[in-house]
Amino acid sequence: MRFTPRRILLIGAISLGGAIPAALGAQRQRPVVVASKPFGESYLLAEIFSQVLESRGFSVERKPGLGATEIAFGALRTGAIDVYPEYTGTGLVAILHDTLPDSLAADPRAVFAHVARRFADLYRVRWLPPLGFQNTYAIAVTRSTANRYHLRTLSDLARESPHLTAGFTADFIGRSDGLVGLSRVYGLRPRAVRPLAPAVKYQALAAGAVDVIDGYSTDGLLARYDLVTLIDDKHFFPPYEAAALVSGRLDSQIPGATAALTLLSERLDETTMRQLNRRVEVDGEDIKKVASDELIALGIVGSGGGHGVRGVQSVQHSGFWRYLWDRRATLAALTVRHLELVALALLAAVIVAVPLGLGLERTRRIAEPTIGALGVLQTIPSIALLAFMIPLLGVGVVPALVALWLYALYPIARGTYTGVRDADPDAVAAAEALGTTPAQRLLWVRLPLAAPVIMAGIRTAAVITVGAATLAAFIGAGGLGEPIVAGLALADTRMILSGALPAAALALAVDGVLAIVELLVAPAHRRKRLWRTGT
Amino acid sequence: MPISLAARKVSHRFGNVVALDDVSIDVAAGRATALVGESGSGKTTLLRCFNRLVEPEHGQVMVGDQDVRTQSPVLLRRGIGYVQQHGGLLPHWRVLRNVGLVPTLQHMSDSADAARRALELVGLPAAQFGSRFPHELSGGQRQRVALARSIAARPGVILLDEPFGALDAISRAELQESFDNLRRDLTVTTLLVTHDLAEAGRLAEEVVVMRKGRVEQRGSMRDLIRAPATDYVARLIERARAGLEALRA
Repeated sequence: MRFTPRRILLIGAISLGGAIPAALGAQRQRPVVVASKPFGESYLLAEIFSQVLESRGFSVERKPGLGATEIAFGALRTGAIDVYPEYTGTGLVAILHDTLPDSLAADPRAVFAHVARRFADLYRVRWLPPLGFQNTYAIAVTRSTANRYHLRTLSDLARESPHLTAGFTADFIGRSDGLVGLSRVYGLRPRAVRPLAPAVKYQALAAGAVDVIDGYSTDGLLARYDLVTLIDDKHFFPPYEAAALVSGRLDSQIPGATAALTLLSERLDETTMRQLNRRVEVDGEDIKKVASDELIALGIVGSGGGHGVRGVQSVQHSGFWRYLWDRRATLAALTVRHLELVALALLAAVIVAVPLGLGLERTRRIAEPTIGALGVLQTIPSIALLAFMIPLLGVGVVPALVALWLYALYPIARGTYTGVRDADPDAVAAAEALGTTPAQRLLWVRLPLAAPVIMAGIRTAAVITVGAATLAAFIGAGGLGEPIVAGLALADTRMILSGALPAAALALAVDGVLAIVELLVAPAHRRKRLWRTGT
Repeated sequence: MPISLAARKVSHRFGNVVALDDVSIDVAAGRATALVGESGSGKTTLLRCFNRLVEPEHGQVMVGDQDVRTQSPVLLRRGIGYVQQHGGLLPHWRVLRNVGLVPTLQHMSDSADAARRALELVGLPAAQFGSRFPHELSGGQRQRVALARSIAARPGVILLDEPFGALDAISRAELQESFDNLRRDLTVTTLLVTHDLAEAGRLAEEVVVMRKGRVEQRGSMRDLIRAPATDYVARLIERARAGLEALRA
């Protein structure tokens, strides 16, 4: 083969193309879906991942705040997301349910190697090289508690634990690398254990409501309150090295994305991470800005890149209404998404539950058991129902819609069944005796008379759905739950309210609109005039 | 055109409870028969056999010269007037529409006119009452509307199940009188269920006394008074008379 100048140019172009694949391919490729779990550091790392990818020309879809380990990892396995930040200790204990021999258990590299190999074998999921810091559990008490009981280590804590009340996250209480294991290894037996949301545990500790909490060693809030982290003197906790957990398909579907993420390996140390978390969780700085500042400092992103660096520092010090006003475009979009979720779920529920209620009225023997079964669905906590959806439907809008739909069925089916069953029995009997067909009785008598009861069921379902839809954010369906989940994770009351207040207003508005509909569908003799005609 | 009614050796049970035990009655076209008895005597069950609201286990039920089982229940019922104790007006329909129900079901072209005429016959001018809702009427007026509804399509038969049972004494007497006139004007075959012997005597030519699913006695009121067939009939008459005498004293 002869190398003509033209051919050399061509080869050069091809190899260059290999070096900058994303820049050329980004237009045609789908976005990389970057997710996080619902706590501050996870949000921040996911944003850092996103900005690195964007700086290399990839488009990114962010799904922050996915429920918890089961939901985020489930989403990764099913291909609903491509990457999220995870910790090796969590992978080892909470996902693999493995233990390692003592000689290896304390060695971060050994744990990483083990976890990475097992994940590749079992799940085809890839751990990228660690980011460079550990975020282990930090069992913390206030300084005065530490002094009063002479607490320095977890063994000290176990000795005094019958006098102490613990406030642990639900996750920690149930995990074998949490309270279960601490009780086994150290003999920890607190006087009482209160399950606390991550967002409130520091306040609860500072207020003296509990004496000891589980934190993370890189928590920004550890520094905010004057807390003592107790030493793990029996080396109970495995190493929790942070790393990007990447779907096995990412590399083949979006070439170069994994390589871009690997740029972060060994670049973030524990001190840096604690400072960054502090800026987000304590100072209330915008996550996008904190992420981009750090990436510029690391030299991974050029300072001219300007991803989300628009000035938001003033936000912390301006009033709440100003804060809402600044976010009006985002909040409007979230409200629209929220309404879409509610409207679609409700519509689907009406289409199924009204005919179901009518059918049950004709087969009364199975009516109560069937409606009872729908009622049992109501008792499943929303977040659990959402979690059940993940293996079946992945994450995002579809599983959220299905879960909301399931919740809406009961009040509508119950209202329809009861309304039609109890519709003026004398009138129904007379209509039958005078020669109406069953369909005529339904359309002329039962449905019109039952309409207010059916409508009341739909109204109840609508308000429930508006509320439950805020939890859809845990599985990446968006809506007004997004700022609520993020605000909870970041202990940012204003952010929580920026989702909760519009959601409450929406519930009132939906209820009000349906109240008017209820008046309009009332049977003629009960219809109240909405306005006076004549005198 | 009035139509005759007949039940032949009709028996029926609800579960283990015998409601009708080998009952036979006849009502000639244009005549009125009252079924009298206490609760549980089977009188309402027998009435409901004629428009197939009850399908008896044994025996034959005739409307005109046809076995009811040969006709579809829906079409059969459209040809038979029906009034129940609590009129069963459709509460969300105005009076005129309520009365026009059966004419509409029969696709009569002038169903509104038929409804107006029926209202006039029961003494409720359509202009005044037609656009009211049932809850805007008194109890007596509501039963009149129910009566109008049962005759609006000019059926050959009407079945009345305690039609005046829920009314106060004065409304009741007024309505009995209107009904009696109406029946003669329309020449319609009537089967009336009542627990009130006096009402039976006033409105019907023949009285059938029922007890525990069986016929105790059939005959005119005069026959019953003169020669009660059983102790039960005698007691029934005695009680009705005692009631009247209490008023006289």
